[in-house]
Amino acid sequence: MVDALRAYTLTAGMWIRASLTYRASFAMALLGSFIGSGLDFVAIMIMYSHIDALGGYAVAEVALLYGATSLSLGITELLVGNVSRVGANVRNGTVDTLLVRPVPVFLQLAADRFALRRLGRITQGALVMGWALVALGPVRAGWSPLDWLLLVVMVLAGAGIYGALYALGGAFQFWAQDAAEVQNAFTYGGNTLLQYPPTVFAGELVRGVTLVIPLAFVNWVPAATLLGRDAPLDLPGFAAWLSPLVAAAACCVAALVWRAAVNSYRSTGS
Amino acid sequence: MTAAAHARPRPAATVYPAVAAGAFRRYATYRVATAAGVLTNTVFGFVLAYVYLALWDQRPQLGGYGPEQAVTFVWVGQAMIGAVALLGGGFQEELQERIRSGDIAIDLHRPVDLQLWWLAHDCGRAAFQLLGRGVGPMAGGALAFDLHLPTDPLVWLLFLLSVWGAVVVSFAIRYLLGLASFWLLDSSGLLMLGTFLGVFASGMLLPLTVFPGLLGDVVRALPWAAMLQVPADILLERRTGTGVLTGLLFQACWAVALLAAGRALQLLATRRVVVQGG
Repeated sequence: MVDALRAYTLTAGMWIRASLTYRASFAMALLGSFIGSGLDFVAIMIMYSHIDALGGYAVAEVALLYGATSLSLGITELLVGNVSRVGANVRNGTVDTLLVRPVPVFLQLAADRFALRRLGRITQGALVMGWALVALGPVRAGWSPLDWLLLVVMVLAGAGIYGALYALGGAFQFWAQDAAEVQNAFTYGGNTLLQYPPTVFAGELVRGVTLVIPLAFVNWVPAATLLGRDAPLDLPGFAAWLSPLVAAAACCVAALVWRAAVNSYRSTGS
Repeated sequence: MTAAAHARPRPAATVYPAVAAGAFRRYATYRVATAAGVLTNTVFGFVLAYVYLALWDQRPQLGGYGPEQAVTFVWVGQAMIGAVALLGGGFQEELQERIRSGDIAIDLHRPVDLQLWWLAHDCGRAAFQLLGRGVGPMAGGALAFDLHLPTDPLVWLLFLLSVWGAVVVSFAIRYLLGLASFWLLDSSGLLMLGTFLGVFASGMLLPLTVFPGLLGDVVRALPWAAMLQVPADILLERRTGTGVLTGLLFQACWAVALLAAGRALQLLATRRVVVQGG
């Protein structure tokens, strides 16, 4: 385990050094990640230039949701995002090389072409989160240390849930190599969903992303407690603290599916 | 050398349609990728449709649309992402790679026009993606939501004409960005900037009629408005009568101007090409 993580940091470090060789290119890519992931927030600000509340949520509350899911997705994308490109490796048979190395395939894929530019999304999410915390002054004044802990747990557990989705999406590509976009539907699509309050969406959709794909635990459920609102599906108050358990369970399922997927790998012909 | 000199070029009337048909078949090969794209577009369509419904519930008639028209706008956008290459994709990376590797020298020796070749290629690609990636999300949206879809077949015909206009404007912009590779060693940053502008100023982010004040006036006059806002307004019948004509004219003007700019840049660029011997 320690060896595997060491291999991951070494590979990631190599790619970081490589990307920093061309400073101007790196700066531009970083800025690109920052702007690209921030466009959604521009849309939200334009919406709020016409209204005071969307689904009953004020702009600062939506900013908290937005910041939380951006941070979670940003962390996951940085650490394991490149697993989403495994389909190309399966298609051209280069998973062979990964299998003979004494490091788990998942970590090798995650570290391959480690993209430090993805700090752009994290920075953007952190700025929006910071702004939300300032704008939420009166609400925040009532927070106990436990609430601040919940804020941190929310972001980290959210990253875990996104991580499970990346692994499941990657596993699916062992069977359907060209289906890289399927996981975009759940990761980036989920991220877009979670930028808006649950009150905006139809009941069945909310039930689906709470009970089937547990996206709601990324931010909706914990943030409801922080904002003093009703949780989706009227979940009880302690549900806010369930997100680490949900993330752990999701990661276990993803690990099993990933293992089955790697075992089904048959290399290529010729 | 002699073989090339003796080969009789196919007449232009058949060569460009053949290129377009080839591109259509090429993109049609990736069925799983197409299905995956349809799923993703449909998921985003659902999310955005509910957000728009909440927004228009607060402000009915925002941007000149009723709630049904607003939701339809979402699905038109999702259906056109692939065809108009609103989120990137298309031919420009390939063109850049050919410029970087020097293969462009071979392309320039072919008895065809470089710009028209790629335009034909892009039209073939767009035709497939409109069918393969457009019909699915649109049908999904129509099943789940009340959409504002015209009953007059003429409106649909004008819409399709306008979608083609959108593809040509989108092509012309991407061709300009792709040619930048003659000067920049790595123009991926420029392509990225182009994609952001495309998302922001085409109506993908929000309908351009919702943008406030001066910002709204500016984005509605830029060429990116021709890539989604104009075709969507024709389908939603926000543009009718002469409005349709001015919309199509807006697209045509930008298409001509940008294609001409592409042609001028191509002339400048090809003067720079140096073929290494050996």
